[in-house]
Amino acid sequence: MTRPADRHRRTLKAAAASVAALLALGACSSSGDDASAGSGGSASPNVSGTVTVFAAASLKESFTKLGAAFEKAHPGTEVSFNFGGSDTLAAGITGGAPADVFAAASARTMKTVTDQGEAAGTPVVFTRNRLEIATLPGNPEKIASLKDLTRSGLKVVLCDKTVPCGAAAGKALDAGGVKLTPVSYEEDVKGALNKVVLKEADAAVVYRTDVRAAGDKVEGVDFPEAAEAVNDYPIALLKNARNATAAKAFIDLVRSAEGRKVLTEAGFLTP
Amino acid sequence: MSDDHPMTDTAPAAPDPAPAPAPGNAGTNAPAAARPGAPADAGLDARLIVDRGSFRLDIELTAAPGDVVALLGPNGAGKTTALRALAGLVPLTGGRLRLDGTDLDRLPPEARPVGVVFQDYLLFPHLTALDNVAFGPRCRGAGKAEARAEAAAWLDRMGLADHAGAKPRHLSGGQAQRVALARALATHPRLLLLDEPLAALDARTRLEVRARLRRHLAAFEAVAVLVTHDPLDAMVLADRLVVVEHGRIVQEGTPADIARHPRTDYIAQLVGLNLYRGRADGHTVRLDSGPEITTSEELTGPVFVAFPPGAVTLHRDRPTGSSARNLWRCAIEGLEIHGDQIRADLTGELPLAADLTTAAAAELDLHPGAPVWATVKATQTHAYPA
Amino acid sequence: MTSLDKTGAADTLAGRPRRARARAGVPLPLLLPALLGLAFLVLPLVALLIRAPWRSLPEQLTSTEVWQALQLSLVCATSATALSLVVGVPLAWLLARADFPGRGLVRALVTLPLVLPPVVGGVALLLALGRNGVVGRWLDSWFGITLPFTTAGVILAETFVAMPFLVISVEGTLRAADRRYEEAAQTLGASRFTAFRRVTLPLIAPGIAAGAVLAWARALGEFGATITFAGNFPGRTQTMPLAVYLALQNDPAAAIALSLVLLAVSVAVLAGLRDRWVTAS
Repeated sequence: MTRPADRHRRTLKAAAASVAALLALGACSSSGDDASAGSGGSASPNVSGTVTVFAAASLKESFTKLGAAFEKAHPGTEVSFNFGGSDTLAAGITGGAPADVFAAASARTMKTVTDQGEAAGTPVVFTRNRLEIATLPGNPEKIASLKDLTRSGLKVVLCDKTVPCGAAAGKALDAGGVKLTPVSYEEDVKGALNKVVLKEADAAVVYRTDVRAAGDKVEGVDFPEAAEAVNDYPIALLKNARNATAAKAFIDLVRSAEGRKVLTEAGFLTP
Repeated sequence: MSDDHPMTDTAPAAPDPAPAPAPGNAGTNAPAAARPGAPADAGLDARLIVDRGSFRLDIELTAAPGDVVALLGPNGAGKTTALRALAGLVPLTGGRLRLDGTDLDRLPPEARPVGVVFQDYLLFPHLTALDNVAFGPRCRGAGKAEARAEAAAWLDRMGLADHAGAKPRHLSGGQAQRVALARALATHPRLLLLDEPLAALDARTRLEVRARLRRHLAAFEAVAVLVTHDPLDAMVLADRLVVVEHGRIVQEGTPADIARHPRTDYIAQLVGLNLYRGRADGHTVRLDSGPEITTSEELTGPVFVAFPPGAVTLHRDRPTGSSARNLWRCAIEGLEIHGDQIRADLTGELPLAADLTTAAAAELDLHPGAPVWATVKATQTHAYPA
Repeated sequence: MTSLDKTGAADTLAGRPRRARARAGVPLPLLLPALLGLAFLVLPLVALLIRAPWRSLPEQLTSTEVWQALQLSLVCATSATALSLVVGVPLAWLLARADFPGRGLVRALVTLPLVLPPVVGGVALLLALGRNGVVGRWLDSWFGITLPFTTAGVILAETFVAMPFLVISVEGTLRAADRRYEEAAQTLGASRFTAFRRVTLPLIAPGIAAGAVLAWARALGEFGATITFAGNFPGRTQTMPLAVYLALQNDPAAAIALSLVLLAVSVAVLAGLRDRWVTAS
């Protein structure tokens, strides 16, 4: 009873300690870090309050984890997330939604924010996502390549061209010279994945991270053309951030080794 | 007309609790079938038992072909329930229902050779008069043209040939009633049911429609049962009256018999008689309520005594030289105009209704609360065994 | 006229300023919320009109995808309404006229799709009728029928969300209808079915029409269940709402243009139908 809890606490503590150390090293712009968070006691007086992070839906699991670590490392802070489609979030930010940090699933959506002058500084790519083919568990159709998806009788779903995963899939298909007529262009990546999870479709072209998150309900098949359509995930501090210091600290955490580790575990690629 | 809605008799249109009629039926049917000296097959032979928890209808109804029977009774007496039971719209809880020797009890309404004229006619509003009448023949298997031809003939017989194409909302009350009758008759029913057939009409049309309906009923060769709370309708239209109160038959007979010998206050009121119950000993009847009435008949035992309100003479002072043996001290309770006469309701020794001319009323200076003496000649009373 | 004057008189008596004549007879506590409600409903539509990209509209509307989506929307919504009528009217009759145990529960089940988020409805349809669904698996293996990703699937998804509107509306009309007409028909020799077909049905026609219009409108705007159950493929399963939603991802102007088309068509149809059916008789 006590042992797992203890171990859990220990891991958290360790994570918090390393995060704090990294913060101290990495945050050149922030002045006078006196982080001594190892015992979870005092925190930097500059890093406090609430950080509001708008992040692409695919980042949900990773960022939630990082948010908890951040709060642990900086007692008194709170990370408030708004996960959603990148486009919707971008529209919210340009529409005046109060956010400190924006992490988008594509450079294009980030551009709509920077074009409006809503970002403070230049966005940085902190991670990348790569397409995979999601097949039924055990890959009963023996799908090994993009070309295999064109086999007759196979039901394949793609994301709609208007959403990032659809655009990426289009690029990959073009790169492979594969002409594919899916049964449906889904409105988002989860919709595409769910069609395979529910066994309505035999395969879907989705992100590695989605395949990873679906666990054993789908099986991922890598394909070389995916390299042509890697999605960059940029993160930026926003101009109207009300808690810039803490926001910067959070961005640093995401970009740290610890952050990278969490993201890699979820299936993301290093930038 | 609003308060004699036919549904008032049958409890609101809540779904019928449909108690399986099977067990009760099997029990009550067997003796009926085995009954010695059962009436000849033709005509109606029914005992209608409908149990509704707080209300129970139990009436025996027989009629020969050509008979017109009126079920007469106050609202809530169960008349309409009886009618609906005959039509199959209400299941019998017990009893029997035979028409021309056939057991109707287990048949659904659509399989019964029964025609119904509903109180507010229920003509289908989306169909013309012709199609309303043709509806029955169509349902009973006639072709479209055949049914329409038959319907046209019926409308013609009813003097409505000109209105064949009219929608019900364009028909007058009397016309609608005739269409409803034609519709019911067009299926050649062996039992015709009429629910308050004249209640929806205004006084003037009523007279004419009543006369016409009487002719049609007289010409109808099978059994007709009509339900009404209007004694005049009942007496004009029917050969036989069955008076129902509280789900039971309280009296039945020819209209003349019932008019002369009412046996309940309700009937007495309907036929406009003062009615008392008592015990006769020769010419004297001692009423259950106390006073005595001297009658012309000579009887012994329990009797009814009846006399019309017109037989009562009122006096302001105690009459002295009067030959009337029946003299009671009363007080005026209420007065109302009744045709060209005044109806006075009296309380006192003997509660009674008296009719007098307006001139007499003025002369006597009658007003509610005024004390009066009432006299009735023995020759104007009528006593008969209870 | 008299009520007009009375209102005016009452107002002056109460020392309040005289109200405009046009509002005569409408009590203020009703009028104000009513106007507020109206404004609330109309304002977003007005905003849509104001912000519509009128200049690029002709260009947006000449794309074949738009007309394809519109045509599919109309075909599917109409088919869904027809399907709802065929099974929904008898269902309404059952709820209104038949007496059976658990009727309340059945009615609740019928209305369930009204409260179910449409996306959940779509998933539920997949679980029932999908290739691997409870029933769908047999449809597939016995008849080779698969419904997801087909136009039939769109129609089913729309029927699922739209039919409750029809059933509720028709059931209400049936309950209000005078049952004795059915009895009259029965005494004339009509079976219950004939009575229903030849008497009840014509009598409740306005209610059925109103229900059908509601169902049609609901089906036309259906999004969640459709995209979840039938997916999104232009010309086959991409109805207008799907096209609008996807256009919204990267081209809001196009989305507004599409919405305007959908709005214009539905207003035209609903206004036409209301005049002919709903207000008739």
